Amino acid sequence: MSTPVPRNRLAQWIEYRLPIFSWTNAQLIDYPTPRNLNYWWNFGSLAGVMLVVQLLTGVLLAMHYTPHVSMAFDSTEHIMRNVEWGWLLRYLHANGGSMFFVVIYIHLFRGLYYGSYKAPRELLWLFGVVILMLMMGSAFMGYVLPWGQMSFWAATVITNLLSAVPWIGDTLVTWLWGGFSVDNPTLTRFYSLHYLFPFLIVALVFLHLWALHHRKSNNPLGIEIKSPKDTIPFHPYYTAKDMVGFGVMFFVLAIFVFYLPNMLGEVINYVPADPLRTPHIVPEWYFLPHYAILRAVPDKLGGVVAMLAAVVILFFMPWLDNSKVRSARFRPIYKQFFWVFLADCVVLGWVGANPPAGSFILIGRLATAYYFAHFIIIVPLIARFERPRALPESIHQAVLKKGGGGEPAPAAKMERP
Amino acid sequence: MAETAPEAEQTSPAEGETRRDFLVLAAGAMGAVAVVGIAWPLIETMNPSADVLALASAEVDLSPIEVGQSITVMWRGKPVFVRQRTPAEIEQAATVDLADLPHPETDEERVQRAEWLIMVGVCTHLGCIPLGQKLGDPRGDFDGWFCPCHGSHYDTSGRIRVGPAPRNLDIPEYQFLNDTLVRIG
Ligand code: HEM
Ligand code: FES
Repeated sequence: MSTPVPRNRLAQWIEYRLPIFSWTNAQLIDYPTPRNLNYWWNFGSLAGVMLVVQLLTGVLLAMHYTPHVSMAFDSTEHIMRNVEWGWLLRYLHANGGSMFFVVIYIHLFRGLYYGSYKAPRELLWLFGVVILMLMMGSAFMGYVLPWGQMSFWAATVITNLLSAVPWIGDTLVTWLWGGFSVDNPTLTRFYSLHYLFPFLIVALVFLHLWALHHRKSNNPLGIEIKSPKDTIPFHPYYTAKDMVGFGVMFFVLAIFVFYLPNMLGEVINYVPADPLRTPHIVPEWYFLPHYAILRAVPDKLGGVVAMLAAVVILFFMPWLDNSKVRSARFRPIYKQFFWVFLADCVVLGWVGANPPAGSFILIGRLATAYYFAHFIIIVPLIARFERPRALPESIHQAVLKKGGGGEPAPAAKMERP
Repeated sequence: MAETAPEAEQTSPAEGETRRDFLVLAAGAMGAVAVVGIAWPLIETMNPSADVLALASAEVDLSPIEVGQSITVMWRGKPVFVRQRTPAEIEQAATVDLADLPHPETDEERVQRAEWLIMVGVCTHLGCIPLGQKLGDPRGDFDGWFCPCHGSHYDTSGRIRVGPAPRNLDIPEYQFLNDTLVRIG
């Protein structure tokens, strides 16, 4: 790929001191990308855009928000009623959080389907899981900030999970609260961390992308890039494709922001926090599967451990799945269990949204057991006994054969003049 | 950068432990001490501050509370349940077989005066406020308190009987200053 020398004198001056132009060119323009990426590969850049949306709206919200128990709720209402376009800011930020999780969950399941966690992309995957955890922390603490009933009680119940830690549990919770209950010190530290975490996410996204660009993207066939013929330059092909994704995503986000801004929230969060009255607690939709797992285990400590394990176990996926073949397209058995696993997660979410009574208890327990069995038993066994289908020789051969033919356009022609 | 000589060439060839190994170890150990020394006060800053600790006691006037009535007072940001129990409730609490209790405690261990049950009204599961303070609240299968969050049932001594809560409702430190005045904390 060419490394264009900037013609502009100033640009040349800069380039000599900091090679930012050739770097941008190598990473974003000529960057060789598998030619067969489908739309599931849009979700990484969509996640990046959502991160920017959250940062931008968040920083603006922070200019009007007051982190104090006696003012937090009112200042949120102040944003809604008095601040110019404040309602837009807040609805974008609140629904943006949900959109972010939609995108990230799809991104994650894309990785599971196409085996993107396998060598040499294990670290890439690990950074991704850390990002997911930081996102969960940010979203949880952000939800506490408006200081409504659900904010307060979600904070209480979730921080109390730590009291399950043997011996030091109570000390730990008091330390986390900065008091003897969820109160002003808790609100201010959550605000501080809610501001911080997204910037930690930015740092991890950087590592995530560094690892990605070092070993390049996986692709729907799950085979490595073997020659330049397997790739096309990132720009204009994938920049254009990403634009399509942005359009669709912002359309969906707009439907929620403008027509259903409170659909994903809880009405009771428009009642100010009352430490003496516990409402019926339901987490945000993106935590429902975890909540179901927490409640499926009848023991307090056990429930907490299971809930954390449900996320942590993702770390181990690269080593639990020993199959040499990445893409589920060539793994007839894994492919079926992938869909069963996805369905299991949906069932968990549905159980988490319902009170733990009657048959929900049993369903919740079965679905939890299956969730872990998928990782610990099913995936390793499939890797051992499955006979994968034959892999194509190379990306460009597979793509051009499917396309019905003609001479492949020589890679050289794809380059910019 | 590429021009520096590799470390091996710079050191005098010496087998076994060298002065440099010792210095590296000693400096590393001092560094570790420094990190802990800095981290400790930084972590401590998140603990309850002096004013939060100072608010740690509350006085309650018992005279308006009738037999069979409960009130809720705030102490350290948490609700404390103060109930003047009926003779039937005291009886029920005292006659339970300890073997039936997930967290065995006798009723005497939990009260200073049998008619006054004073406890922290925070479910020991995940911190919701159990129902049962107000008339018409559900009081659970053991006529005490019921936590709606995940279904913990407490008896007339505030002991956990059924549900995910691991412990009985906590008893705060308190002192009868006279027959109608109690100091909590
Ligand atoms: C990882 C990215 C982020 C996520 C997932 C996220 C999520 C959330 C959520 C779910 C809420 C509660 C919304 C509501 O119900 O009102 C919230 C509130 C808030 N967030 Fe964020 N946030 C992110 C980044 C940021 C950043 C970078 C800031 C900058 C300071 C910020 C500042 C705020 C403020 C001031 C509030 C309170 C006002 C409100 O409730 O709308 N957030 N956040
Ligand atoms: S908090 Fe009371 S049962 Fe869970």
